[in-house]
Amino acid sequence: MKVSSALELYRVIALIRRFEERAIELVRSGEIASGIHPCIGQEGVAAGLGAALRRDDVLFSNHRAHGHLLAKGSDPGALLAEMAGRVNGIDRGRGGSFHPSDFSVGVYGCTGTVGHGAPMAVGAAWALARQGTDRIAVSTFGDGAVNQGAMLEALNLAALWQAPVVFVCENNGYATTLPVGRAVAGVLTARALAFGIPAASHDGMDAEVVHEAAAEAVARARSGGGPVFLEFVTYRYEGHHTFELKAGLQYRSPAEVAGWRGRDPLVLQASRVDAQERARIDASVESAVEEAVRFALSGERPSPATALDYLYATEPRPSRPGLLSTAR
Amino acid sequence: MPLLSYLRAINRALGDEMERDPAVFIMGEDIRDALTNTTPGLLPRFGPDRVVETPLSEQGFTNFATGAALAGMRPVVEYQIPFLLLLVLEQIANQANKISVMSGGQASVPVTYLLPAAGWRPAWGGQHSDQPYSVFGHFGVKTVLPATPADAYGLMVSAIRDDDPVVLFAPIGAHGIRSDVVAGELAPVPLGVGRVHRPGTDVTLLATGHLVQDALAVADALSGEVSIEVFDPRTLYPFDWDGLFSSLARTGRLVVLDDSNRFCGFAAEIIATVMEERQLLAPPRRITRPDSAVVGCAPELDTALQPSRDEVISAIRLAMKS
Repeated sequence: MKVSSALELYRVIALIRRFEERAIELVRSGEIASGIHPCIGQEGVAAGLGAALRRDDVLFSNHRAHGHLLAKGSDPGALLAEMAGRVNGIDRGRGGSFHPSDFSVGVYGCTGTVGHGAPMAVGAAWALARQGTDRIAVSTFGDGAVNQGAMLEALNLAALWQAPVVFVCENNGYATTLPVGRAVAGVLTARALAFGIPAASHDGMDAEVVHEAAAEAVARARSGGGPVFLEFVTYRYEGHHTFELKAGLQYRSPAEVAGWRGRDPLVLQASRVDAQERARIDASVESAVEEAVRFALSGERPSPATALDYLYATEPRPSRPGLLSTAR
Repeated sequence: MPLLSYLRAINRALGDEMERDPAVFIMGEDIRDALTNTTPGLLPRFGPDRVVETPLSEQGFTNFATGAALAGMRPVVEYQIPFLLLLVLEQIANQANKISVMSGGQASVPVTYLLPAAGWRPAWGGQHSDQPYSVFGHFGVKTVLPATPADAYGLMVSAIRDDDPVVLFAPIGAHGIRSDVVAGELAPVPLGVGRVHRPGTDVTLLATGHLVQDALAVADALSGEVSIEVFDPRTLYPFDWDGLFSSLARTGRLVVLDDSNRFCGFAAEIIATVMEERQLLAPPRRITRPDSAVVGCAPELDTALQPSRDEVISAIRLAMKS
């Protein structure tokens, strides 16, 4: 891999790592009221995938999306402000950590209904192709999503209509607390193969491996070759959600977590980068994240009087919204 | 003058909008063969990329439409059976309808969900005969229920042009209605605006969908006894409160004729709000399907659960006693 690409992958991984660490601190201090679903440990997938996509490609993500947005080019300050529920957030405080979208970089949404973003990505990909563009769409989801009917319906529609879509499964081993071995019958990628969609499993802890696989899949989709399914085997070092900081769940052994920490995507990519360059990137990431925190916390909190704004794009709007109305 | 049927009006609205706007397309099951009779003639005119026949994958193709809409299209999605709309309630109410808010106004989802066979078909049994429109209003999804061919045309056009998700229920009971319509007079009907089909001074009979015909028949039958104003909101949500209240200002009495189940149904919301905000001369009445109605396969069991003209007459007379 070219030195510049290795550096860029390291920069994005480091950015996501520091961003998530600072976000967890803001959860602890109460600034992010929802808590978050941290992606620490999975940054290699986001970085490698993001490097394979264009800014105008479309991405549908899920509840664990911060890394995907940052890798797609979202402004860290606007994302963090969104997570903190401020009006200077990308969605004016209406999407939060769970459902951020950033149409300026092609992130069309993050659904918490696991697996149900996949058919949206197929629909967007189908539309982009029919409009004569060479933009593609990507759906990112976890191992928990592959048991959803909507996911299988999405695979079928994508294959039937040869939509330019890349399905990216981040298999982090657990659907919340449920280990993948107790949830997924058969071989995960075989589900896509059954629909005639090329599918393969790759190491998700190595951003360069991810980037290579993603770039090949994206090129195939972009050139009219139809859908591709990628499984990246990865691991989240934190809980499913920051509520686990208090919940003390025991579904993973400390030894298992430690084992995966030995394959840290940040450390791996750092080993490929010159020490001086690394120090320079680390310093720039540190200041970018601190600036993001400053921007987020300087944002106004939304006025309760605006709680029903943006409900509809067009008239007519309901004249008795309930929350704010009293009888005439 | 040519007679325009209800489904022909929807077919015409689809064709006109597809002609006008290349972003409009229709997708659904068996639509190439026009099983529900909404799509005859569209495939040869617009081709398979705009008359998109789908496999039986309602949840998948509903979210597919959301994705296509976010990418600039204006999909119309057809469902053959009323309860299929509840199979995709999550996709409509929790996904498509929330994106405008959750994106802080960055995006909208201009999808029209078309149910050409809403409600009752004699003796088709427990799983083909529901009228689940109240649920969509509950979740704030724009919901329309045209009663006549001209309104079916006009509301279909407006639903397609609206930038938000809109569900259009085309009740089976209205399919047989044919109207004299001059082709050039077909026009968009704005969402959220009701219509007085027949003016009156004693009672407002609010009726929706195919029940508008029953309301008009009752108004005729009782014309020597009571002056009934038939008000059809046309859009169930957002509801035309101004239209209803100006009718009530004339009559002071209200009977609601509604094809949904009674408990938490559309009529309940109308009556609750009227009671909060207006003084009537008599307690309002509603004619609905019973609580938790499961329509039977035997015709006797089936029709026993449908709102009837006799019930409407009784309710009108009760209202007039006070």
